[in-house]
Amino acid sequence: MVLVQGEPSTDDEGDRAMTTRVRWAEQLIRHALFACALLSIVTTAGIVWVLASESFAFFREVSPFEFFLGTRWAPLLEPRSFGILPLICGTFLVAGGALLVAIPIGMGTGIYLSEYARPWVRGILKPILEILAGIPTVVYGYFALTFITPQVLRPLIPQTEIFNVASAAIVVGVMIIPTIASLCDDAFRAVPRTLREAAYALSATRLEVSTRVVVPAAMSGVVAAVLLAFARAIGETMAVTLAAGMTPKLTLNPLESVQTLTGYIVQVSLGDTPAGTIEYQTIFACGMTLFLITLTINIVAHRVLKRFREVYE
Amino acid sequence: MAELRNMSVTDSRTRSATRRVTAAPDTVISAENLTLGYGSFVAVRDVSLDIPDRKVTAIIGPSGCGKSTLLRAMNRMNDVVPSANVQGRLLYRGLDIYSPRCDSVELRLKIGMVFQRPNPFPKSIYKNVAWAPKINGYRGDMGELVERSLQHAALWDEVKDKLHQCAYALSGGQQQRLCIARAIALQPDVLLMDEPCSALDPIATARIEDLIDELENRYTVVLVTHNMQQAARVSDLTAFMYMGELVEFDATETMFTKPGRQRTQDYITGRFG
Repeated sequence: MVLVQGEPSTDDEGDRAMTTRVRWAEQLIRHALFACALLSIVTTAGIVWVLASESFAFFREVSPFEFFLGTRWAPLLEPRSFGILPLICGTFLVAGGALLVAIPIGMGTGIYLSEYARPWVRGILKPILEILAGIPTVVYGYFALTFITPQVLRPLIPQTEIFNVASAAIVVGVMIIPTIASLCDDAFRAVPRTLREAAYALSATRLEVSTRVVVPAAMSGVVAAVLLAFARAIGETMAVTLAAGMTPKLTLNPLESVQTLTGYIVQVSLGDTPAGTIEYQTIFACGMTLFLITLTINIVAHRVLKRFREVYE
Repeated sequence: MAELRNMSVTDSRTRSATRRVTAAPDTVISAENLTLGYGSFVAVRDVSLDIPDRKVTAIIGPSGCGKSTLLRAMNRMNDVVPSANVQGRLLYRGLDIYSPRCDSVELRLKIGMVFQRPNPFPKSIYKNVAWAPKINGYRGDMGELVERSLQHAALWDEVKDKLHQCAYALSGGQQQRLCIARAIALQPDVLLMDEPCSALDPIATARIEDLIDELENRYTVVLVTHNMQQAARVSDLTAFMYMGELVEFDATETMFTKPGRQRTQDYITGRFG
């Protein structure tokens, strides 16, 4: 553009050809990049459309009332029943248990990284934490089934079932520790140094500074971290299916087997359910439910996170 | 240690768990050939001075002269900088501040600090003042302590009806007085002030200066300022530092009327700095 507006050069023809070529390439890249951005939006929209239309077909057969309030989930066996509460219960049981494991350890790690660790220790620990996040989730599931249940839980509590909520919750908890630790660390480090100085000058110990100034000041960041980790725990599939089993059950007992929304979708997807049948459509209704739950949590988390960014400005 | 800290809060002035070594009885903080640095950089070089009890001592000097470093050494706030190093001695009522026997957490019960920019906690006014007494196990009437601290910081009348509002709703000057109230709620012996008015407007500054005059009756105040008029107005003694060295230390009146050194004269008359 600058070239066009510049002084006319002696070789006018050549210059014009070059600017045209530059502009043409520029336009091409611009459009290509736009297409990339569009692709992800279209994909998302397409997924939502498929979920919504198949769910709609499902809800023509089964009333939403039965679906959301029924307490028995048996879409594949006679007499059939489509109450999703046992799946939601299983999902929240595993994800809630995972938070019980991950919140204390993740926050503790975050406090250590931001308040206690020397820079070189931090430089080693943070990448290791990220490796933990990179382990394939099926390995975690295998680990729960072959180690945590038989070697840890059963010797302690003999009546533990082979597939159980507790082992799933423990491995999913370990899986989301990096998310909580890393986001908490970021939130804690965003607390201004002057607040820490104020606390130290008031005769606070390092622990008091951490727990009574830094954590409260970064509370919204902590809440957002926990919510994002919770959304991840709810969406987690392979590890949970392997560890918690496939028994839809409305229970609060962590030693029993349950089925989660994701686990059910795996079961039906891998089976030989013909497309178009009501059994087939259940997985879209479940997928839709799952999507709405994680979407809600993500929106709330981002709201909270945005507020926390504004606090010190 | 918890027990000792509890006692210190309830009865800070009369207890003297410290060992007197060399300083005169009315000296609170005493530096002996003190050299402070960060890594290989020397910020304060071979400074000796005695800070007397219940007086306002001002430390003046151009930017980078080491006055803040010297002040922050007095309650070991420099500890957080890993490369900070110390030579010579710094005594608080005879206790060597940098000896292993001195616990920085306990030291800061006796030596409070107010910072350059107001830094209240993002909590209510009440909780800001009650914060330090609470973590140090104060067992008396907290409401009464908060009221007394706010009164001594000349803030009570402005905030008594909104004690449970967030401290961030206050003006800058009010926030700084809240920080002073927060520091004196621990009933310290010494109050260190690091350019406490540099972020405030002239009216707020005047109020803090009036407050420093009153604080002098109860606390030993060490005030770092780049504002010579402020030093002249509020302090009893003035130390002039230049390039890490203590050039002159004398009664404020003497310093500003007939200073002993040419460099002091040049600085206070505005010829450099």
